[in-house]
Amino acid sequence: MRKKTLKILKLPIILVAFLFLFILPQTYGEDYGDAIVSASIADARNLLPMLASDSASSEISGMVFNGLVKYDKDINLVGDLAQSWEVQEGGLVIIFHLRRGVRWQDGIIFTARDVEFTYQKMIDPSVRTPYGGDFERVKSLEVLDDYTVKVTYKEPFVPGLASWGMSIVPRHILEKEDLNNTKFSRQPLGTGPYKLKAWKGQDKIELVSNRDYFEKQPFIDRAITRVIPDDSTIFLELQTQGIDFSGLSPLQYSRQTDTLFFKKYYRKFRLPGFNYTYLGYNLSNPKFSDQRVRQALNYAVDKQEIIDMVLLGFGSISTGPFVPQSWAYNQDIVPMSFDPDKARRLLDDAGWQDSNKDGWLEKDGRAFEFTIATNQGNDERQKVAQIIQRRLKDIGIRVKIKVVEWSVFLAEFIDRKNFEAILLGWSVPREPDIFDIWHSSKVKEGEFNFIGYKNNEVDQLLIEGRRIFDQNQRQKIYHRIHEIIYEQQPYMFLFTSESLSILHNRFQGIKPAPAGIGYNFIYWWVPKEQQKYRIAP
Amino acid sequence: MIKYIYKRLLGMIPVLLGITIISFVIIHLAPGKPTTLDQAMNPKVSPEIRLRLAKLYGLDKPLAVQYLEWTKRLLRFDLGRSFSDNRPVKDKILERIPLTVSINSLSLIFVFLVAIPMGIKASLKPGRGFDNFSTFLSFILFAMPTFWLALLLMQFFCITLGWLPISGIKSLDFEYFSLGRKVWDVAWHLILPVFVSSLGSLAVISRYMRSSMMEALTQPYIYTAWAKGLSQRQVVYKHALRNASLPIVTIIGLSIPGLLGGSVIFESIFALPGLGRLFYEAVMMRDYPLIMAEVVLGAVLTMAGNLIADISYAYVDPRIRYK
Repeated sequence: MRKKTLKILKLPIILVAFLFLFILPQTYGEDYGDAIVSASIADARNLLPMLASDSASSEISGMVFNGLVKYDKDINLVGDLAQSWEVQEGGLVIIFHLRRGVRWQDGIIFTARDVEFTYQKMIDPSVRTPYGGDFERVKSLEVLDDYTVKVTYKEPFVPGLASWGMSIVPRHILEKEDLNNTKFSRQPLGTGPYKLKAWKGQDKIELVSNRDYFEKQPFIDRAITRVIPDDSTIFLELQTQGIDFSGLSPLQYSRQTDTLFFKKYYRKFRLPGFNYTYLGYNLSNPKFSDQRVRQALNYAVDKQEIIDMVLLGFGSISTGPFVPQSWAYNQDIVPMSFDPDKARRLLDDAGWQDSNKDGWLEKDGRAFEFTIATNQGNDERQKVAQIIQRRLKDIGIRVKIKVVEWSVFLAEFIDRKNFEAILLGWSVPREPDIFDIWHSSKVKEGEFNFIGYKNNEVDQLLIEGRRIFDQNQRQKIYHRIHEIIYEQQPYMFLFTSESLSILHNRFQGIKPAPAGIGYNFIYWWVPKEQQKYRIAP
Repeated sequence: MIKYIYKRLLGMIPVLLGITIISFVIIHLAPGKPTTLDQAMNPKVSPEIRLRLAKLYGLDKPLAVQYLEWTKRLLRFDLGRSFSDNRPVKDKILERIPLTVSINSLSLIFVFLVAIPMGIKASLKPGRGFDNFSTFLSFILFAMPTFWLALLLMQFFCITLGWLPISGIKSLDFEYFSLGRKVWDVAWHLILPVFVSSLGSLAVISRYMRSSMMEALTQPYIYTAWAKGLSQRQVVYKHALRNASLPIVTIIGLSIPGLLGGSVIFESIFALPGLGRLFYEAVMMRDYPLIMAEVVLGAVLTMAGNLIADISYAYVDPRIRYK
């Protein structure tokens, strides 16, 4: 009996082996099908790209829509819906040549009229878009023919080019709609690689692949985002392979996923992040107006210690407003060492001495004491503040920490400039223009130079950086800005944290690059025999 | 009785008005401002644009004017549009109601089915085995943080045993299931959340039941009942229970607003799209229209719950008469 079953079993085995030998080599690789399930802490709010102000929405609408330009894997600007572009008249004019034969997901042909329509809506004051700013610098937009658009700026504006990465929306659907109030924001339709199939509020968003996508049909049929607001739940779901992709905290990356199970079923990624965390000083406060004091504080805090303790090593020391993988980052800048003695000497030069021998520094009879404010809900920042507090105590500076709810923090501390020092982070956009954060004109309530930084050379360079299209020249400008800002220490630059994530290992074709892993998502695939979700969309 | 209900309903109007005025003022005076409007800390969003957005939402007008406009809309049952995604607040609330109400009613039913018999049994022989056990259990359940228990149960039932799903209310391929499988799928997803959300009130209600039952059992009419030679069953369930159930009726009445309340903690842990999370997020983002809708909903339900409790007293205890 046993033998017989074995015999019966043998035949298919031989057949399968046969198949492997002859058929597999031809079909090997790049199968279509399967789904990827990822987790998101928050639900999307609005999938009309110009109104989407949260990252969950942008992530989804980024898969449904295209802009004229996009960043490639090495963070260079390349064409997306635009095949190519020309910059003319010293940067006053940009002419976009659009890709032909691109169709909206309902089959209508995409043309320059859609670009014109999108632009008009971006500058329409009745549309509740927060992103109109860059487009208000455009003097005119002309449609030369169905596939050529001429954009004229009031003055040369380099970041303007990247702003055309804004998703283009279909004119034929939205022409008669009130954009603030349209069904389209829950039923978007774009030119992108995925189409929205279903959106269940606070539960999940399901996308299916667009078979007619102009670049190619994505291999993965469905992309499902589940809204799971709790980190521990996401982690439990990973343990049942219920989700395929998720971000990880440093602790999860280094310890909790260091098990046989995760090694068997998942693949982890650590990629350079596009962010930095800093301690910003209120420069109008006399304590911080002296550059020597700010440098002293920088010498007194051990950044590597912070990275090791708070990020468990998953980060790098930050020295300026750019990230190391960007061409704007000046690689010649060496981080100042951790040197408390030097810090004490600098403070001494600046007049801060422990004259009454109580262990704390004084000047003109007043002790050096200040408050670091940071926002609630970010444990990392609170820990960083505590380490800084400890290190500054060593050199005789008393630090208090105040943790405030985000909305209150913005309204009461940032907008009113009612702080001594704040611990915050910036995410660093791919386009290096940082005019809004560092130019001395950007100090009004609600603007972003809230520390009140002013340096004439930086002001001048920031303006130049916006006018010159040549990347080599721009690079020199931003390298110089980086150098000045690090020298002057208006922020104590702390660290850039890495982006940590985990992906189920049945997915193939992932090629980590400076831009991350998501840039070639439409080329990710799962071998047929490993596909998990088999229902065709 | 009808007249009494009528009077009570009229009396609710000024109360509701008072509640809305106070909460409207408080929520607008609270520090912070709607954060979704201004795309906080995005350098691409200039202050001019933020002001313009605030204007489009009517936030530049004096508070009194804003309140009057809000009340006018409320009279037409228009709760306004949410700041965060510009959808009608009514839709946002309505789409969450089925889930929240079904979880809460299921857990309420579960609680009463378990807690009442448990409380009665404990009260019959106070200080003895079962009573001590149930007291001990109640205190443990009551003291246990829900989120912690939920995570432990998830670890055990979902990962170690693999019997139950961790989060959500439906499987990913739900749409493709047959009807029977759909029903089973939802039930399967609801087991843990309903169980976990019941535990706290299970402890409380069984304690209430126990103490009011113990009090009822010492009343003279109970001795009469025993003296008449009635069985324990008749004494306890017919005579004592009816008198002991007044506090329980109050609790049921007060649970009515809770049916729509939802809990942020367990909704977040189980990734359930319920009302608790909706309102929590509204508060964090200062989404005023949504917050106010929640206040009105809560106020109306609380008042309705009280009214229902008062009316049912009359049925439970014939000595109570309303004029």
